[in-house]
Order: sequence, then structure tokens, then C-alpha cells
Amino acid sequence: MKINDAVFGLLLTLISLAILSTIQSYPDIPGQQVGPALFPGLIAMALGVCGVVLIYRGWQERHSVPWLKTADWLHSSRHLIGFLLLTGGIVFYILASTDLGFLPAAWLLMWALMVNLKVAPVRAAVLSLLLSALVHFAFYTLLRVPLPWGVLTPWAW
Amino acid sequence: MWTAISQAFGMVFDPYTLLVMVLASMYGLFVGAVPGLTATMATALLVPVTFFMAPIPAIAAIVTATAMAIFSGDIPGCLLRIPGTPASAAYTDEAFAMTRKGQAELALGAGLVFSVVGGLFGTLVLIFAAPALADFAIQFSSYEYFWLVLLGLTCAVFITSNRPLKGLVTLFLGLLVACVGLGNPAGFPRFTFGSAEMTGGIGMIPLMIGMFAISEVIRFVVDTAPPAELVTDKVGNVLAGQWELAKKYPMQILRGSALGTVVGALPGAGADIAAWMSYAISKKFSKEPEKFGTGHVEGIVESGAANNSALAGAWIPALVFGIPGDSITAIVIGVLYMKNMNPGPTLFVTQPQNIYAVFLLFIMANIIMLPMGILCIKAAKKILKVPRNVLMPVILLFCTVGTFAINNSLFDVGVMLAAGLLAYVLEENEFPIAPAILGVVLGGMLEENFITSMIKSNGDFSAFFSRPIAAFLGVSTLLVWFVPVLLKAWRARVASAQA
Repeated sequence: MKINDAVFGLLLTLISLAILSTIQSYPDIPGQQVGPALFPGLIAMALGVCGVVLIYRGWQERHSVPWLKTADWLHSSRHLIGFLLLTGGIVFYILASTDLGFLPAAWLLMWALMVNLKVAPVRAAVLSLLLSALVHFAFYTLLRVPLPWGVLTPWAW
Repeated sequence: MWTAISQAFGMVFDPYTLLVMVLASMYGLFVGAVPGLTATMATALLVPVTFFMAPIPAIAAIVTATAMAIFSGDIPGCLLRIPGTPASAAYTDEAFAMTRKGQAELALGAGLVFSVVGGLFGTLVLIFAAPALADFAIQFSSYEYFWLVLLGLTCAVFITSNRPLKGLVTLFLGLLVACVGLGNPAGFPRFTFGSAEMTGGIGMIPLMIGMFAISEVIRFVVDTAPPAELVTDKVGNVLAGQWELAKKYPMQILRGSALGTVVGALPGAGADIAAWMSYAISKKFSKEPEKFGTGHVEGIVESGAANNSALAGAWIPALVFGIPGDSITAIVIGVLYMKNMNPGPTLFVTQPQNIYAVFLLFIMANIIMLPMGILCIKAAKKILKVPRNVLMPVILLFCTVGTFAINNSLFDVGVMLAAGLLAYVLEENEFPIAPAILGVVLGGMLEENFITSMIKSNGDFSAFFSRPIAAFLGVSTLLVWFVPVLLKAWRARVASAQA
């Protein structure tokens, strides 16, 4: 996914302005001329300058470089679904793992992604089960990370 | 000193540490040999595991795994024409051309043997240079550290990237991320958006796992290119003919190792850049430059030595100043802080046994690379057939759980995802990632030394040049900034005068 530099430049300039306006309310260190606003302020100004240069460059190239050139995978439904499964899967894990439990959430995440990557569904189901159990063993049993049990709490060990 | 050295031997030759090294070398060889998994990613994925280890085994795991991964990246380059890690990309075409000519053994053997030689060379420089530099650096004040960090960041942007503007952008983004939270000289909560999790700052490990591992998984999932075919079935004795190569190309080996160590020690530039530069230099000074690209081993010898020596070189500034030489040591610095081995010259005084142990680990890792590497080459066919459509989901799960394990925080998992997406979009648009990582790692140090110096000097900026070393570092930094601009302006003037 190629984005024209000017779009990045605009975004960076806006970030820079947002930071500069946020730090206005930061206090100075008592008795000093410097404070917590100085360093981020300098960086934001420098970032703003880079943003403006990128806008200028992108604008100059606007005839040869389109504002947005979509990547090949955006036109292939399997790849697009794969991307959504990956990102959505992590969001799903963040939201659901505590209530659902690590093992079911991890199994579902891996199974869906494997099927998308052309592993046969039954094989993917078995592999996901084995591999999530292995990761669970490594982190929960060996490294004692408190992975949630969720719905499997009655069978927890 | 001898007590410290014997303590170091005791720690390194502990059965637990040795077991960790063997396991880490298998892990490193595997990760390096699978295209799409990099040495940096191997390190990032190791962090959650090393979190639960004592300092020396933790460092042993990282040192061994990275050394192996940089070598084994050559294997798919040679057999599939896909570099296993970016550090092998420079000579992938050359190695593949040798395979086509039926010389896969020679190419792989040269990669292995001269990786060991380069790695040991880099280690020797590390052993001699780091303590000497630490002796010198112990007198540094906040002015010197400010300039040193700034010079390091400048190098990362100007030397390592062919697009300095985009490098600057990612550097500033990294520095801004480092500003989040309470960790600033004033202890004032910045950019926290009222979130309790963000007052502690953005965790370095979730960021690294996101930027180096999740972004690779994304790249694999959206990759529409068809898979590559294996061209050769069996690989014979890889050591045959290597002694003759060593006798034929001694200068190349020395030059590659030396250049690799120096490039590794420069902040931001790592094994991949060392290999590219070394390959180019090898071609330039070769007696047979016309053979390069047609399956000629000379460039592989030189750049194979360079990429492994860069690994050890990168540890010099990391241990002495806390300034990472490449993205791997950027992660290592995070690990050192977690293990109460805060990098800096005082580490050499307070914990010399740990420093000697690191040196020993490097020597050991490079020595066991030879037998382990031969085994790995023998098993290459099987490793290259590992179904990546099963492996990548496992890596995704491992990243998620590993990130969670550091602070038992799901917020960190969110940070990991955001960092992965950001790194993917930035890299697709040719923004380099290394400066961002250096910005995050060094932001706190840069600000602290800047603010301390400003307070000491009552806001007078000329004080930054008041001490001789500070002045030297300051002028060097300014030269790196302005010389390219002035040169460009001068060339444009000359060109317009001629026209």
C-alpha cells in the first residue's frame, strides 16, 4: 500500500501541531527555565519541519506518484481476509481471552488463520489444539505466566 | 581480575547455561534458515523467555541465537534464492548462482567457515576495545553523553539510510514515543491520555515484538507471490576447499571482518548493512570483478565474515555507553536493564565477571557454530520444507503470549499490534524502522542528559562545547548534519556554473 509522501507529511504536521498545543500546559521545573515541555517541543518542531518538506515533495511528485496506490493483496479476498483475521484476531484475543480463557481463544485464533493460509480445516483444528497446548505448557506451567482459564476454570490445573 | 575471570568461566560453563546455548543455537539456526524470520525477530521472540532466566543464561541465549541466525540466513539464499535474514541478502544472487553451477557446498561452507572467522574477529575487537573505551568513558559527563547519543542517532539516520528525511521522521516518532509517561527529568506525566497503563511509558519489548515479529507475520499473510522452488537435493562436504579459500583470500577475510566490526559498532547499522558494504568493497578491489554475480565465491567470503563480525561489533557501544549498535543490541539493552546489568562504563568496574562472561559467550557461540552449522546444512532440506502456513500462526500466538508475559498486561498486547501495523505501513512506504527503535531506546537518555546539561549551564548552550571531548563530539555531530547539505549545494552551484 503506497501512500504519497504528502499524505504522510500532512499527518506528521498535524501530529506535530497537536503535540505543540498539548505541551503548552506543562509546567517548568521549579526554579529552572527548562521543563517537561522542552524536549518533546523541540522534537515536535523538527517533526513538523519534516512534515512540511514531505508535503512539498509529495506535491511535486503528485503526477507520477498517486495519493494512494493499493497493494495487490487488497484485491485478493483471501489475503484481505487473512489480514483482517490477523489484526482482528489479536483484538479478539485482547477482548475475549480473560472471559473465554487462553486455550479456546488461542485455538480459535490459530485455527482461523491456518485455514486462511490453506491448511486443511481438520488438520488445522488438530494442529492448533496441539500447538496452543504446547504454548500453554511453556508459558503457564514452565514460566508460570498467569494465563486465564476462562470457561475452562473448572478443569484448571 | 583473575577472580572475575574464573567467576565468568564458572557462570558460562554451568550446565544450565550450556544447555541454554545448545537449545538457543538450534533455535537460531532454524529461525535464520526460514525465510521471513529474521535474527532481530529471533531476539525479540526470545525476550519473554529470557525474562525468566538469570542474566548470563539470558545473554547466552541471545548471543548464540543471533550468531547462528545470521549464518543460517545464507542457507535459503543459496538453495532457494531467498535470503533467510536481511544480512544474507547482499550475496544471495551470488550464492544461488554457485548452486546453479553445482557448487552449493562451497558457497554454504564459505558462508559457515568465514562467519565463524568474522565472528571471532569481532569478538576479539570487542574484548580489547570495550574495556579500553570504558576506561575512557568513565570521565564522561552529561555533555559528552548528550553529544554521543546525538551522534549515534545521527549516524543511524544519515549513514544507514539512503533516505535521510524518512529516517529522521521515524527517529522523531521513536523519540516522541520515548516521551510518553512519567519517566522524564521532571517526573511529569506526558501524553498519557489519562490512562494508568501509559503513565509507566510505552513498553520497549511490546514495541520490538510488534515492529520486528508481527510486521513480518503481516507481510507473510498478505504476500501474494508464489513460493520458491528448491533447486538442489543434496549437499556434500561443506568443509572441502575452505582452507584453500582462506589461503587465497586472506586480505578479503581481514577486510570484511574489520569493516563488519566497525559498521556493527556504528549505531543503527547492523549485519545487513555490513554485508552490503563489504560485498561492494570486495567487488571494487577484486582482481576479478567481472566474475561477481556469476557464482564467484570471493564476495561471499568477505561479506559472510562481515555480517557475523558486525554482531560482536554492535555490542561495543551497547555495553560501554548503552547505545545500541544495531536493532538486536537495542533489544539486548532492554534485557540488560531488566537484569540489573545497566549498560555503561561503570558496569566494567562493578560487574567485571559479567562482562568477561559476555566475552566468553561470544567465543563459545562462534566456536559451536561450526558443528551446529554443519548439522543445520545437512538438515536444510527438511527445515526449508517446514510449512510456514502453520509456523506463522504459531509465531503470532507466541508473540501475543510473550508480550503478555512481561507485565501480565493485555494493554501491552495492544501496543504490540499497533507497533506491528505501524512498522508494516512505514516499511511499505520506505520509511526505515531502525532509527525509530533507536529513538525509543535512547530517547530517555538523550533527554536526561540534555536537561541535566541545560540546568548545569543555566540554559547556556555554549557550555555543551566547553569540555574538549564534548566539543569534539559536538563538532563531529554537526559536521555529519551539515557537510552533506553543503556538498550538495556546492555541487549544484558547480553544475549550474558549467551549464
